[in-house]
Amino acid sequence: MALIELREVTREYHMGDVEVRALRGVTLDIEAGEFVAIMGTSGSGKSTLMNTLGCLDRPTSGHYRLDGREVSTLGRDELAEIRNRTLGFVFQNFNLLARTSALENVELPLLYAGVPAAERHARAAAALERVGLGKRLDHTPSQLSGGQQQRVAIARALVGEPRVILADEPTGNLDSATSVEVMALLQALGRAGITVILVTHELDIAEYAARNIVMKDGQVISDIRREPVLAEVPA
Amino acid sequence: MNLLAVIRVAIRALLRNHLRSFLTALGIIIGVAAVIAMVSIGEGAKSRVEQSFAAMGTNLLVVRSGSSQMGGARGGFGSQPTLTWDDLKAIQTELSSVKYAAPELRGSQPLISEEQNWTTRVAGVTPDYLLLRNWRIASGSGLPEDPDSNAKVVVLGKTVVEKLFGAYSDPVGQIVRIRNVPFEVAGVLEAKGQSPMGDDYDDTALVPVRAYAEKLQGGLKKFIAGTIYVSSATGVPTSKAESDLNNLLRDRHRIRVGGEDDFNVRNLAEIASAQEESTKTLTTLLAAIAAVSLLVGGIGVMNIMLVSVTERTREIGVRMAVGARPRDILLQFLVEALVLALIGGLTGVVLGVTIAQQLSSSFGWPLLIRVDVVLLSVAVSAAVGVVFGLYPARKASQLDPIEALRYE
Repeated sequence: MALIELREVTREYHMGDVEVRALRGVTLDIEAGEFVAIMGTSGSGKSTLMNTLGCLDRPTSGHYRLDGREVSTLGRDELAEIRNRTLGFVFQNFNLLARTSALENVELPLLYAGVPAAERHARAAAALERVGLGKRLDHTPSQLSGGQQQRVAIARALVGEPRVILADEPTGNLDSATSVEVMALLQALGRAGITVILVTHELDIAEYAARNIVMKDGQVISDIRREPVLAEVPA
Repeated sequence: MNLLAVIRVAIRALLRNHLRSFLTALGIIIGVAAVIAMVSIGEGAKSRVEQSFAAMGTNLLVVRSGSSQMGGARGGFGSQPTLTWDDLKAIQTELSSVKYAAPELRGSQPLISEEQNWTTRVAGVTPDYLLLRNWRIASGSGLPEDPDSNAKVVVLGKTVVEKLFGAYSDPVGQIVRIRNVPFEVAGVLEAKGQSPMGDDYDDTALVPVRAYAEKLQGGLKKFIAGTIYVSSATGVPTSKAESDLNNLLRDRHRIRVGGEDDFNVRNLAEIASAQEESTKTLTTLLAAIAAVSLLVGGIGVMNIMLVSVTERTREIGVRMAVGARPRDILLQFLVEALVLALIGGLTGVVLGVTIAQQLSSSFGWPLLIRVDVVLLSVAVSAAVGVVFGLYPARKASQLDPIEALRYE
């Protein structure tokens, strides 16, 4: 049984009078530990797919089983719990809380998981250590570079020990050198057994993934496995 | 997410916009301070009124002689003496609802001491008079025990002592001439201050009623050329004593049913309670005005919370993405509004008490802070925070995480 199982998932919504069919029957399995890139032009449905996989959105029809559990019919509270315990998010624009230290940003998921303060600090500090920011716990986002902010965001995504990390254009706001650093970090997480799902429209970024899924008009038009390019950080 | 962490997050968020938080809290601060200060002013005024009525004597009935009638022109109460000394005796002995009854013959008389002279109200009274007016002797032995005594002794009020002998002297034993009749000073009255009408109670001198009638009024006659003060017995409402008194005097004066009284009874307790009622109304009015400003403060809280929710839409989205449930978001914003309102409320209490203190010392009133009002206004400000914070907090918790994350 795959970690993620999508069966004929559709998603329709209304924008004014126009009915948008963002997903038109997506069937997809993603195994635990896979590093997947979802590609497509804007309007292809890749963002909607990402939101659905991230339990931020519910499919209009079809089934979504995550870790053996049917999540397409869950309520807001249960979805929040799944996001908290099973998923981690990395966004294009980092989405860190402003004027809040790196440590506290990383602690955020643990706060909602009800982890006691001392353990929270320790785990958040360890996560920041893991992304190479062990010396910048007290820095606020405005005191960090773009790459460092994205690493804080990755630390926040992995601090809750999730099964899946969803990264939505994680390198979109970064220069190419920093992008490679971030990709190296994500590949390292993949090797550590976390499933990484990446949404991008940049081909060279997708090459770091072992599986490329291409979306068009709300459907998967290509799904290939390949040997990934290894992100190497120049020493 | 435990409550302590929620409160910490809320305080942090408020401090982040400290000027804005302060201005918002100011609405609550002013509201609460106004409530506390206003109620304290009202209470101070009330106690002032109560004090002056207590000085006058409570449960007091004043009986005056009736009106004279000279060819159709009616002279008003007291112009025709109708009350007799026998009436007084009857009131004292026959009515169980009466505790004390005492005569007062009064006139403005010149007093002369060795050095000075002063014209004041001289009253001929009995020892009971002091009891029913709540008047105590500060020094000296006071008036003779015997109500029928005609001893030439006088008890002086504080003001008269000051005018005749100087402020810090003890005049007991000295001689004061009233209308050239020598009286020995037998005591000084305790200071009583102002009457509700603003007269100085202490500007008076008391002599035995018989001495007054014989030496200063030209002989004791059948009628009392003055007033009778009556106090009701303990536990008896003054209205009961009043009606007993009316019946007794009508009976004694042989007034037929339907006939006009030839005397007049006034109930001072009623005046006192009417006065108290009016200060109570004043207090309520002031408190109501202050409560309105608290309400306005609450609207300010709601306004700023709505702004805050809009500003922090992205933050809400992030929190939801990492696992905040709708109720976590609701709680966060609700606690923020509550903390804001509570800080405002507590600051308002401090400010209100300070204002009340300043006012009471400048008006010379006792400082009366009603604990129930303080607790109530803190509770109300907390309630204002919850009530006016609920809508913005609900709005925040119902945001769609995808929309919120995309919000610019």
